[in-house]
Amino acid sequence: MMRLELVKRPQRSALFSALSPFIAFLLTIIAGAIMFALLGVNPLKAFEIYFIEPISQVWQLHELAIKAAPLILIAVGLSVCYRANIWNIGAEGQFILGGIVGSMIPVLFPQFEGPLVLPLMLLLGMVGGAAYAAIPAFLKTRFGTNEILTSLMLVYVAQLFLDWLVRGPWRDPQGQGFPQTVQFNDSAILPEFMPDSGRANWGFVFALVAAVLIWFLMSRMLKGFEVRVLGSSPRAGRFAGFGLNRLVFFAFLLSGALAGLAGISEVSGAIGQLQPVISPGYGFTAIIVAFLGRLNPLGIVAAGLVLALTYLGGEAVQSALGISDKVARVFQGMLLFFVLGCDTLIHYRIRLIGFAAPKLEAAPKLEEAR
Amino acid sequence: MSANQDGANLLEVRGLTKIFGTLTACDHVDLDIAKGEIHALLGENGAGKSTLVKMLFGSLEPNSGEIFWNGQPVRIANPGFAKKLGIGMVFQHFSLFEALTAAENIALSLDDGSPISTIAAKARALSFSYGLPLDPESLVGDLSVGERQRIEIIRCLLQTPQLIILDEPTSVLTPQEADKLFETLERLRSEGKSILYISHRLEEVKRICDRATVLRHGKVVGHCNPREETAASLARMMVGNEVKAVVRAPAEGIETAQPLLEIRALSRKPATPFSIPLKNINLNVRAGEVIGIAGVAGNGQGEFFESVSGEVLQQDAGSVRIRGKDAGGLGITDRRLLGAAFVPEERLGHGAAPRMKLSENLLLSRHATDGKVFVGAGGMVKSEAIYSAAQRIIKAMDVRKSAPDPEAAALSGGNLQKFIVGRELDRKPGVMVVNQPTWGVDAGAAVRIRQALIELARSGSAVLVISQDLDELFEISDAIAVMHNGELSRPLPIAQATFEKIGLLMGGAEPGHAEHALETA
Repeated sequence: MMRLELVKRPQRSALFSALSPFIAFLLTIIAGAIMFALLGVNPLKAFEIYFIEPISQVWQLHELAIKAAPLILIAVGLSVCYRANIWNIGAEGQFILGGIVGSMIPVLFPQFEGPLVLPLMLLLGMVGGAAYAAIPAFLKTRFGTNEILTSLMLVYVAQLFLDWLVRGPWRDPQGQGFPQTVQFNDSAILPEFMPDSGRANWGFVFALVAAVLIWFLMSRMLKGFEVRVLGSSPRAGRFAGFGLNRLVFFAFLLSGALAGLAGISEVSGAIGQLQPVISPGYGFTAIIVAFLGRLNPLGIVAAGLVLALTYLGGEAVQSALGISDKVARVFQGMLLFFVLGCDTLIHYRIRLIGFAAPKLEAAPKLEEAR
Repeated sequence: MSANQDGANLLEVRGLTKIFGTLTACDHVDLDIAKGEIHALLGENGAGKSTLVKMLFGSLEPNSGEIFWNGQPVRIANPGFAKKLGIGMVFQHFSLFEALTAAENIALSLDDGSPISTIAAKARALSFSYGLPLDPESLVGDLSVGERQRIEIIRCLLQTPQLIILDEPTSVLTPQEADKLFETLERLRSEGKSILYISHRLEEVKRICDRATVLRHGKVVGHCNPREETAASLARMMVGNEVKAVVRAPAEGIETAQPLLEIRALSRKPATPFSIPLKNINLNVRAGEVIGIAGVAGNGQGEFFESVSGEVLQQDAGSVRIRGKDAGGLGITDRRLLGAAFVPEERLGHGAAPRMKLSENLLLSRHATDGKVFVGAGGMVKSEAIYSAAQRIIKAMDVRKSAPDPEAAALSGGNLQKFIVGRELDRKPGVMVVNQPTWGVDAGAAVRIRQALIELARSGSAVLVISQDLDELFEISDAIAVMHNGELSRPLPIAQATFEKIGLLMGGAEPGHAEHALETA
């Protein structure tokens, strides 16, 4: 009998820290190949359909950008939270609330048109997401609740609230009973930024701008320093005079606002109305994007494109090979698993221990854990 | 245990080398430890003592060299194997859970499934036979540092080691507690056990150690019998040249000087079940003087430091006054802006963020006070100004490091402390509050830090030093007060203070006793 033990490495390898996402991607491909083979599909053929065909034409790149935009927007916000050691798992809910609050103008005031509509909607979307994120922040700072649980549970509240809205008070009276709101008027639609070549909207530009701004904030500004200090050593952060409660609100409001912006951009750009479901799990997939991008906003842009491809590929294999598009979820799950696995092995090495060995490990382990 | 070969060395180390990147932390180190001896390992911080010991305990793997145990070559791959061989270690930093009892903590490390009651009985028996009184049922959180160390020692002894490695064991003890520890060590020696004793306190090495091996810059520079050496000659071997003594110029005119730091009737309720309440503390520190606060660890010094630094606020704004202004309601940043600077006891994780570069750790405590220099318009950090200021401090304090701007965790304790103290001195603060300025710091660095604190005071600042090291306080203070159980005695002017008087107060003699001593002296 053997058991496995993780032993902290004295030094981290800078090389493997940088390579880790690529190794994880490679391992995902290998595991994916095994999965396709088990499903009775030629893995090479499947990979071509999954990873290459969806991005072989310019209009398809636009589709990629549409999927990547919300992922990147949400993930750069989450990266600030996670760097601060604050665990906002509820971006999906903040995304939905951003969509709902931003949609108030075209749904409740469909006659209101003009150039002011869209900026107001985007602003309201950010306010909605931030306000929804303020709930777990308040509960954490006031009552010491675990933000992982509260933010996650609020996702389901948001999903059901949206469902109720579009079936109830906000349902389109001319919609033949379909659970959806009115189609937004033209001035409430987020325009395409290169309409000649495809339908990608300005949401992708927002995502890129947000990534650059957050990168600048985290690496060049005192606020980013505060986030990193409090996230890595809270006591040193307190010694520096930084307040943890203030940071909890800052991180939640910032990530909530970005998730809300992603939500309203998706609703007003890609969908054009509110429906019972407005997200294929962007808020959760963005967690993978944040970690795959190593919590670095610029890495997140690349990671967001990769994860967006898994969505497109999932749709492609469904239509071409008749495999369930749940395969996209499988790929995302494997990717997160391998990323976290690689990261763990950068910090720890595995030691095999036979049960014959002396059982006096606890004391040094404690010491090493420091 | 393998068969003993009489007369042979228990442990022999030949040519042990450990290389970290470009730094050779241990360079062909030879070391012999005989059975039944107390062997001192001496060296400045960064000399390679910790690296050597970690290799002996299996936490680090050597690049080359051999280790012989009872004459047999061995490869110590992990601490578990070291323990199996019979090597036990008592670390400088304890790894105990405060909310568990002593026996439960011991059981955790034994991990052999024996019931707690059996372990408690064994621990109790062992503690009595070695003169280390300890109640296994008591909560660790309620114990003093000395008592916690006993748990670590007993935990080590329960594994019946042949060689016990002690890393700076007296750095947390009162003189009386240290005496007790020495008795225990002598008893262990008389039983034929060997002890590797790591310390920089030369007097105690002279007192209890049979032989010494001196390391400098990773190399063995000598083996000697410490009893035949003087403290000065040992220090010379460690440092490579004469250690300068601290020079304390007489403080002039401080009786009439302005108090820059005033503590008035400061009280604080315990924040956790394991912390000490502060009771009606009064103290003035005037411009130009160094006031020392002595006391056994865990008598409220940490709580006092937090209250003065502003990491914890006071309800009564007047209970802490900095340069004549009420500061009790101000946070640490505002107190810094009033001209105060603080150096906490813990370096990694409190005074410095371990995974951040030294330059970033400079920003940590000075982002507000040097806001114009280090932070630009709109909150942009000026990396270049910070980097060059960090290099200035590194140079001024002679901080030794392996990279231009390494992470704080990559520095040895003494070098990091030099940087943390230097970071505050560089500001020329009007009020400086330091908790344990030279804890675990080597002789050369300690002298530099102490001298710097005296010079800061003489240039017109008020300096408050909290320390468990009485020698240090007598070296640098103009007056010494004693903290006991959350109360602070009146400061005794250094001319009237003796080890005996301070020791009595540390042991809990009433504050009034000191005043009496003051008047009759």
